[in-house]
Amino acid sequence: MKPDLIQLKKLASQIRRDIVRMVHACQSGHPGGSLGCTEFFVALYFHIMKHNPKFNMDGQGEDLFFLSNGHISPVWYSTLARAGYFEPKELSTFRFMNSRLQGHPATHEGLPGIRIASGSLGQGLSVAIGAAQAKRLNKDNHFVYALMGDGEQQEGQIWEAAMYAAHNKIDNLIATIDYNGQQIDGAVKDILDLKNLKAKWESFGWEVQEFNGNNLEEVIAGLEKAQTLARKGKPVLNLMKTEMGFGVDFMMGSHKWHGVAPNDEEFAKAMAQLEETVGDY
Amino acid sequence: MTKFTFTEKKDTRSGFGAGLHELGRKNSNVVALCADLTGSLKMDAFKKEFPERFFQVGIAEANMMGLAAGLTIGGKIPFTGTFANFSTGRVYDQIRQSIAYSGKNVKICASHAGLTLGEDGATHQILEDIGMMKMLPHMTVIVPADYNQTKAATIALGDHHGPAYLRFGRPTWPIFNAPDRPFAIGKADKLIDGKDVTIFACGHMVWQAVEAEAKLAEKGISVELINIHTIKPLDVEAVLASAQKTKCVVTCEEHQINGGLGDSIAQVLGRFFPAPIEMVAVNDSFGESGKPTDLLKKYGLSPDNIVTAVEKVLKRK
Repeated sequence: MKPDLIQLKKLASQIRRDIVRMVHACQSGHPGGSLGCTEFFVALYFHIMKHNPKFNMDGQGEDLFFLSNGHISPVWYSTLARAGYFEPKELSTFRFMNSRLQGHPATHEGLPGIRIASGSLGQGLSVAIGAAQAKRLNKDNHFVYALMGDGEQQEGQIWEAAMYAAHNKIDNLIATIDYNGQQIDGAVKDILDLKNLKAKWESFGWEVQEFNGNNLEEVIAGLEKAQTLARKGKPVLNLMKTEMGFGVDFMMGSHKWHGVAPNDEEFAKAMAQLEETVGDY
Repeated sequence: MTKFTFTEKKDTRSGFGAGLHELGRKNSNVVALCADLTGSLKMDAFKKEFPERFFQVGIAEANMMGLAAGLTIGGKIPFTGTFANFSTGRVYDQIRQSIAYSGKNVKICASHAGLTLGEDGATHQILEDIGMMKMLPHMTVIVPADYNQTKAATIALGDHHGPAYLRFGRPTWPIFNAPDRPFAIGKADKLIDGKDVTIFACGHMVWQAVEAEAKLAEKGISVELINIHTIKPLDVEAVLASAQKTKCVVTCEEHQINGGLGDSIAQVLGRFFPAPIEMVAVNDSFGESGKPTDLLKKYGLSPDNIVTAVEKVLKRK
């Protein structure tokens, strides 16, 4: 099926508006990584994945997605709402008390679409591999997707999981790294350099490809390619180059907007850059 | 009530292995993961019969906890196996976020707990695991007393829904529970009826308390002995009923005095029925290499230490 790029781009614009409105309303949260990964989420939930918004925790007979870098919850929440998992108006409760939309994703409050808590970094890939193994045992021929951060690659558990997945030929798994080069304290290369990340993953036994994460056509093509690379005895990793804060000019290309909310003036500037397309929540 | 004796000794870890094997035959959703300690955890029988449901994860416990959480998504019931130290302290945050907070049906099965691990020494003799696990919301914590009870507890976990921690050990230990003795998670098991003092014990210390009771009976002291195999949820009703009857309490555990069974019992007494309590436990110290029974003696966990604690608490009545 060919993607409806015009519609998908409209959704991306709306999701970016949602992200900025959510973090502005509660004056907290992580807009940078959320904005940078918007194309990825739109491609995944509105074109790539076979998934059921009538949420079922076991997720048998559908593709699954796990977010390991849970702090970019705004983009996931907006995507889930716009995909029909829950009413978009619930986005207004983000990070407020008694909300299902916790600061970091959780199953605890029963938000449809979330299958594991994340936020403490490095854990999501292991969970995704476990879910992929359950699919194998259940003879369920669907994919498991996972997204990680690049700063998150500094966590040791990631490499335990990387070794395990390759050794056990977990080839129904498609993992992606948001390769934006930024983390809270600065540029990843200055904090703890990942050096040749592609070579690292390849040497662990993964099939690795790279694509631009802020071009919707390239993201779709990349994920479709990943599906063809899968099921050949190796887990698949996408190194997805993105720009933190993409879509809002003053938030782009810096670690400064990793976890900071815009003030009223900045908010107005951002809103002027992001078109309302399918209706604000 | 009958006095408890034994004719055979076996390690509680073998009870786990036997229970897991039986559970594997009973329920095809049961899967097992092990971090390079299959023989030590007695998981070989399960591995041999169900190779497709057994996951060797290597020396990577953090990944093992995440894998287990993921396997529940799709309806599997994962049992993880490694030493108690690597099952808890090493992977506390993985358990907290991916298992406990996420409400995943993972059974964390931990061997070689406590001083009775013996010669390997303090690096492996975890004495803080009950505390760490019981603090996690909704975590069930079970510390069975002998081979038969560990087997029964393992099988019971197959039908239990939610995260659970099962703690057992390495040494051969008296088997005093009959194989058909009923076991229910969260239900205290009264072994001996008495009127002067209540001893609440768990794990290997239940047998130590059985021996202490015989010595105390000779001195004319009537002991009520209750096996608290489930530390959490605690059988508060049974604890209170016995404390109200005997009006003084001794707790026994192979764990730090901070954070274990004694803490849980003291909390109940403090809130609902203040009564004198003495705790037989490791007193804020690490262990060391040695023979299990020698270590239990040195660190104050022998039957004689229990006798002393009982005599002390009786004077405070």
